[in-house]
Amino acid sequence: MNLTLRIWRQKGPEDKGRMVTYQVDDVSPDMSFLEMLDVLNERLILAGEDPVAFDHDCREGICGMCGLMINGDAHGPQRGTTACQLHMRQFTDGETIDIEPWRASAFPVIKDLVVNRGAFDKIIAAGGYITAPTGSAPEAHSTPVAKANADAAFESAACIGCGACVAACPNGSGMLFTAAKLTQLSLLPQGQPERYTRVIGMVDAHDEAGFGGCTNAGECTPACPKGIPLNTIGRLNRDYLMATSKRGDNTPGS
Amino acid sequence: MELFTEGDPIADTKAPTGPVEKRWETRRFEAKLVNPANRRKMTVIVVGTGLAGGSAAATLAEQGYHVRSYCYQDSPRRAHSIAAQGGINAAKNYRNDGDSVHRLFYDTVKGGDFRSRESNVHRLAEVSVNIIDQCVAQGVPFAREYGGLLDTRSFGGAQVQRTFYARGQTGQQLLLGAYQALERQIGLGNVEMNARHEMLELVIVDGKARGIVVRDLVTGEISTEMADAVVLASGGYGNVFYLSTNAKGCNVTATWRAHRKGAYFANPCYTQIHPTCIPVSGDHQSKLTLMSESLRNDGRVWVPKTKGDDRNPRDIPEDERDYYLERIYPSFGNLVPRDIASRAAKNVCDEGRGVGPTKLGVYLDFADAIGRLGRKAIEAKYGNLFEMYERITGEDPYEVPMRIYPAVHYTMGGLWVDYDLQSSIPGLFVIGEANFSDHGANRLGASALMQGLADGYFVLPTTIANYLASGPLEKVDASHPAAVEARADVEDRVQRLLAVNGDRTVDSFHRELGQIMWEHCGMERSEAGLRKAIDEIRALRDQFWQRVRVSGTGEELNQSLEKAGRVADFFELAELMCIDALHREESCGGHFRAEHQTPDGEAQRDDDRFAYVAAWEFTATGEPSVLHKEDLKFEYVHPTQRSYK
Repeated sequence: MNLTLRIWRQKGPEDKGRMVTYQVDDVSPDMSFLEMLDVLNERLILAGEDPVAFDHDCREGICGMCGLMINGDAHGPQRGTTACQLHMRQFTDGETIDIEPWRASAFPVIKDLVVNRGAFDKIIAAGGYITAPTGSAPEAHSTPVAKANADAAFESAACIGCGACVAACPNGSGMLFTAAKLTQLSLLPQGQPERYTRVIGMVDAHDEAGFGGCTNAGECTPACPKGIPLNTIGRLNRDYLMATSKRGDNTPGS
Repeated sequence: MELFTEGDPIADTKAPTGPVEKRWETRRFEAKLVNPANRRKMTVIVVGTGLAGGSAAATLAEQGYHVRSYCYQDSPRRAHSIAAQGGINAAKNYRNDGDSVHRLFYDTVKGGDFRSRESNVHRLAEVSVNIIDQCVAQGVPFAREYGGLLDTRSFGGAQVQRTFYARGQTGQQLLLGAYQALERQIGLGNVEMNARHEMLELVIVDGKARGIVVRDLVTGEISTEMADAVVLASGGYGNVFYLSTNAKGCNVTATWRAHRKGAYFANPCYTQIHPTCIPVSGDHQSKLTLMSESLRNDGRVWVPKTKGDDRNPRDIPEDERDYYLERIYPSFGNLVPRDIASRAAKNVCDEGRGVGPTKLGVYLDFADAIGRLGRKAIEAKYGNLFEMYERITGEDPYEVPMRIYPAVHYTMGGLWVDYDLQSSIPGLFVIGEANFSDHGANRLGASALMQGLADGYFVLPTTIANYLASGPLEKVDASHPAAVEARADVEDRVQRLLAVNGDRTVDSFHRELGQIMWEHCGMERSEAGLRKAIDEIRALRDQFWQRVRVSGTGEELNQSLEKAGRVADFFELAELMCIDALHREESCGGHFRAEHQTPDGEAQRDDDRFAYVAAWEFTATGEPSVLHKEDLKFEYVHPTQRSYK
């Protein structure tokens, strides 16, 4: 296959950036999308040009490090697939492909296609955990968990933190990411004691990090490579409402 | 020139004596403690944020130490533990199927082909039960039965069901549990997290590890960070083979730099080649993808009985198929340990019975299981793996059998550590895959996650206190001459890599190095091959330093520079791996020497000559390393010819 790539090049955070066109020939349909970029970069290095910087690591769709807007779609055209797992057989010979970084004010561009997603870590640090210091755990079978809840918790826990939901959202909202973690932890008995402080902490951190609000545009779930369901955001909203109505109420057991 | 010299044996591993089941308890009681008020004044550096590093950093911070944590990824959540699929072993015996701490200990020592330490492995088995409790308390969504209790499944090398799992994403869920505990400590100000930073040198002051030199991968700034102790949790070195199931960034640099500063490197030739990976499809291939061992619970491995049978697998009748694992190993069948399954696959392909376009592949067939349990049940168990397979190969494994072939997956070797997980440099601790300690010559499936978390949550936090309590250490800062020198070395090396300005890319060298290693230091090794490999590696390394081309500068995000530094270290490691493989004139676990096999082609150990850990001491670049032997004593599990028949 022969392809024309139009890639966002930006030297650093201060650079304005621009789309640059490259021709890549003899692409095998069995290559992954990132392997196709490897081929381009090898050529650029030998030609004395700066290779295209892009994030990637596991290349098996689980670390969440890769993230590219491909023809305007987060992670490209194939649903449920990260950019690293996307293969060139999804494209046609002669096609022109646009490749851009995630665009969201909470994810500033570092260089070319590499962005800073540190804001996601801040949301987790603000409550996306169950407080269980090492050594304090009771015997695992002392608390059974209904299979349906365990399975639903797993489904939300499958989030890889790649940021596709934010990139796809017209508001640049990180609600699906936040809701996925909240849903996992609030479905489990172990997560109940911190349920309402958690939602306030995480939502506040989300807003402070510069993510936009959720307006139920629904663009996030289809873009999510792990298919995190939209109804997690409904759960978040319900818990947030409960939590804010309890705010200032210090009565034990409320 | 001699390839190596022999030095003094290692006499003491600091393991307590007495009954094996009492040793960890004894160590815990005898270990000195640090009072909580003093912990606040002590800084521990942890390099790497996988299961071992993440859990260690979180736990040390919970205990009150000041922790500085480093990872090269953009977030601690992305360490490669995240990609572990199948599960984590624990001797809970929830199935009432005869499991116990002693049986897990026994299986692991035997699975490692009698090349691991009994004291360490027993401790691992003891701690395994606490790990499951800890992870459940953190909200790790393990698979559960309808009654709400935890489900388990079988893994290779065991006849009990002791593997806990979270669909095919167990590593991800365990890592996120550790990551969340770590983020909690970051939020509380107890851990200072440095993502996108790479350790490039160790700082030693008065013989003790006191700091590291790191490069900020975004700005290129090189800085020196000092501490009271340094913990390396930087993972394995499988990427020396270029193609492996490791993440692209996985590297040996942190441990190799420590090795050059005096930390012994143990058993570098012990490499795990995983039997169930998606075969290579072409020269463009940048990495290999694992298909979890758990698939061998329900998938049956076969090749055609006759050479060159090119028929569609569905058209090959039952009696013309060779289910070779079930045939050769009737008692373990498709669930033989990884080293055995991999070699068997290689053998049938060498006979010309391999399948697929390259003929380097065997079938993993689910037709029986789908017939017996229904497609839905298979989907629930392995859905994500089947989807991944289809995305990569374009074939639907519900309809046609998967094609699989062995690939480099894990390295049992690593920095030598004593029972306290302390390296041969005082104050330098090594945990998880980065050390060599628990798996001998072959790791059993679902034991890597167990070891990473055992080290990080439970073992290191106890043993490091014993070291820190022997202080207080003299105050030192980055202006200490040893720190200044280490930093100057890093700067010099960066400049040297940039200055070559040759005509070949880093990847082209890495690929070629990987081919040499796969050919001669892979699934089967021989004296002639290893000697040839050593010559080829040296020649290629010289070429690298004359012809590599690294673009850009050191003062920016420069991925080509990052790779160049890692590959330069892989070249040095590769040579040591081959020397280690050459000197070990026996076969054991993943180390298979063609000259040493039983009449039916199994690994032939030589316990009289080689029942020891080979710990290598670095001398100088280009000079022979010094071999230190640590004798292995087996008081409980007596070495026998390992049989899974």
